[in-house]
Amino acid sequence: MSDNATAMKKHLLSINDLTREDALLILDTADELARVSDAPIKKLPTLRGRTVVNLFYEDSTRTRISFEAAAKRLSADVINFSAKGSSVSKGESLKDTALTLQSMGADAVILRHGASGAAHRLAQWTNGVVINAGDGTHEHPTQALLDAFTIRKHLKRSSGNATGVGEDLSGLRISIVGDILHSRVARSNVLLLHLLGAKITLVAPPTLLPVGVEEWPVEICYDFNEAIEDCDAVMMLRLQLERMKSAFFPSAREYSRLFGLDRERLLHARKKPLILHPGPINRGLEISAESADAVESVILEQVANGVSVRMAVLYLLLGGAHE
Amino acid sequence: MSEQNSGKFLLTSIRDLDGRERDIRIAGGVITEISSGGELDGIQHEDEKVIECRGLQLLPGLVDLHTHLREPGREDAETIRSGSAAAAMGGFTAVHAMANTDPVADTAGVVEQVVRLGRDAGYCDVFAVGAVTQGLNGRELAELGAMAHSMANVRVFSDDGHCVFDSLVMRRALEYVKQFDGVIAQHAQDPRLTENAQMNEGKVSAKLGLAGWPAVAEEAIIARDVLLAEHVGARLHICHVSTAGSVEIIRWAKARGINVTAEVTPHHLLLTDDLVASYDPVFKVNPPLRTDVDVRALREALVDGTIDIVATDHAPHPKESKECEWSEAANGMIGLELALAVVQESIVKNKMASWRLVAQRMSISPARIGRIDDHGLELGVGIIANLTVVDERIERKVSEIKSVSKSSNNPYRDLILPGKVMHTFLHGNLVVHQGELVRPL
Repeated sequence: MSDNATAMKKHLLSINDLTREDALLILDTADELARVSDAPIKKLPTLRGRTVVNLFYEDSTRTRISFEAAAKRLSADVINFSAKGSSVSKGESLKDTALTLQSMGADAVILRHGASGAAHRLAQWTNGVVINAGDGTHEHPTQALLDAFTIRKHLKRSSGNATGVGEDLSGLRISIVGDILHSRVARSNVLLLHLLGAKITLVAPPTLLPVGVEEWPVEICYDFNEAIEDCDAVMMLRLQLERMKSAFFPSAREYSRLFGLDRERLLHARKKPLILHPGPINRGLEISAESADAVESVILEQVANGVSVRMAVLYLLLGGAHE
Repeated sequence: MSEQNSGKFLLTSIRDLDGRERDIRIAGGVITEISSGGELDGIQHEDEKVIECRGLQLLPGLVDLHTHLREPGREDAETIRSGSAAAAMGGFTAVHAMANTDPVADTAGVVEQVVRLGRDAGYCDVFAVGAVTQGLNGRELAELGAMAHSMANVRVFSDDGHCVFDSLVMRRALEYVKQFDGVIAQHAQDPRLTENAQMNEGKVSAKLGLAGWPAVAEEAIIARDVLLAEHVGARLHICHVSTAGSVEIIRWAKARGINVTAEVTPHHLLLTDDLVASYDPVFKVNPPLRTDVDVRALREALVDGTIDIVATDHAPHPKESKECEWSEAANGMIGLELALAVVQESIVKNKMASWRLVAQRMSISPARIGRIDDHGLELGVGIIANLTVVDERIERKVSEIKSVSKSSNNPYRDLILPGKVMHTFLHGNLVVHQGELVRPL
């Protein structure tokens, strides 16, 4: 595995940093590493002596814990650096923080930040590996990787291949539903799902699609009932509550009626689609309780897969290829 | 500034705007003699400095209608002294200092201070732009008359950085400054359509996840304001036009006889929003960098006269304001020292325009819009010697050029640009010689 790792880019800032082969390598590596998580002793010695910093400028317990668990299962030393609020209000610039962490010998910095492009900036200032754990409304590459991993595992397995290892996502139709405009999850997923050969439909009110979306390799559909008819997986996005105040749509109820996933809407689907959500869920808003808990829902499994995928990313970016 | 006017110079074999070689004699602050090239060579007057100019291009001293000199208030970014020195290095003999200082230039006291500091520095003539509204608040008019009648003699008023958004306030401002032949220079930006805007709204912003600044936010204000200017018969100037759509509206307004003028910045003539993909805030500016289509339309409009002038919008910022996340960074880029080079690169090198047209757009027209008499003059005996001499043959790596601005937010640093200002004459005195300040900062 590590022979191929040398070909990957140094950082993971965007899905655009990955080739199709890189992406498949990450997914296949995650598949292998998932077995560690199932073993009684959930630990590999690969990153012993390496220091991984979780630098989180936004609250995101689940992503931070997921990266922490991933790093620890590879025996890395983990430092959690929570810098809530903007760098400016905190008084120290992102650059100074980056230089400080570098002086402390961080081999990798996992950055969650409210500003789009923050991980790109960090990578310009530090020698270590930078992994983007969500930057503003730009990207969240490891979320897309774990989504693809989850989809593949369910929809690309066969009798001789229980987890779909080695497969891409060609032939699958996937709908991404909700606030595309502000979603880093959607941006990373569009790039990755396309890279892996899936057909993507974005479902949203026009106000929540970015101007310029025409250039994306996707179909646009304003009608969720129509989109759900013939799709293999539905990826629901979290609706930020502050969008209610900015005239993006008339009311939460109307949004929910038109773009929420409830039991009735699921009846429009010809085949039962896999239901994904990056969490945390607004039950009753973008997804009803029944849908979230339906058998098709793999939301909790996404969380578990997140650890394996992040282990794979850390393993491939830090595991020997770079000093 | 013009305390001495003692310099005596003979420029030999310099090329004028019609491409003819000339010998030009300067004394007592004015041009005293013009002959065909080589005629005066060897006929040196006493105390006269002869400057060999074969192959060099003579331009009237450049005039910038839109400069941020940051003083008073942000002397860490630029001072009137450093900024006017940068202007001289770029071939400017006059700049208009924008009003968004701290305190805001909204009273006679502040505009007079700006002009006085410019005079003390002596690198170029500094004119003050007065604020349209008090503290740039967009609601109450500033003391426009007091500024106009002050020693600073203000004729250009602008809330630049902010749009005069209230239609009634804009109407009144346009009407009021008619009494002293003033002009309102509008920063056209609908504030609601650009809340938290970070870059041009389009395919690049969609990809980068940065909030968009739509072209319509500029165009809608320009459309409103040309109609207001028509209605009250006033003079309107549009700052930093950045979109192809704005060009169309201004073209329409001019065809209709509306008294509107417009400027484009050097950066909007050369750079596009693709550069934002680096997330390097050196490319963050307001209005934002647009697309290829806009750049092409702006160049054509500058050449055909729909856009009257180039204005730098020189906006110095200290390092820390740019060494940060994109969304935290300040808007603006420096431009005085390289404006002429960028214009050469954008419209001269590709033969879209002649040096005569450059002189019109960067000196003569801006001087007329600003109502200043000593600059932007046609070459002739007796005119005040505000002159720029450029060597168009030189190409330079921008990264290797030493800047005299206090700030380094230079978006051209990875480029090679043509042309170098060799000499700048201010009121007959040599302030830049062989590309160096005669009096170092």
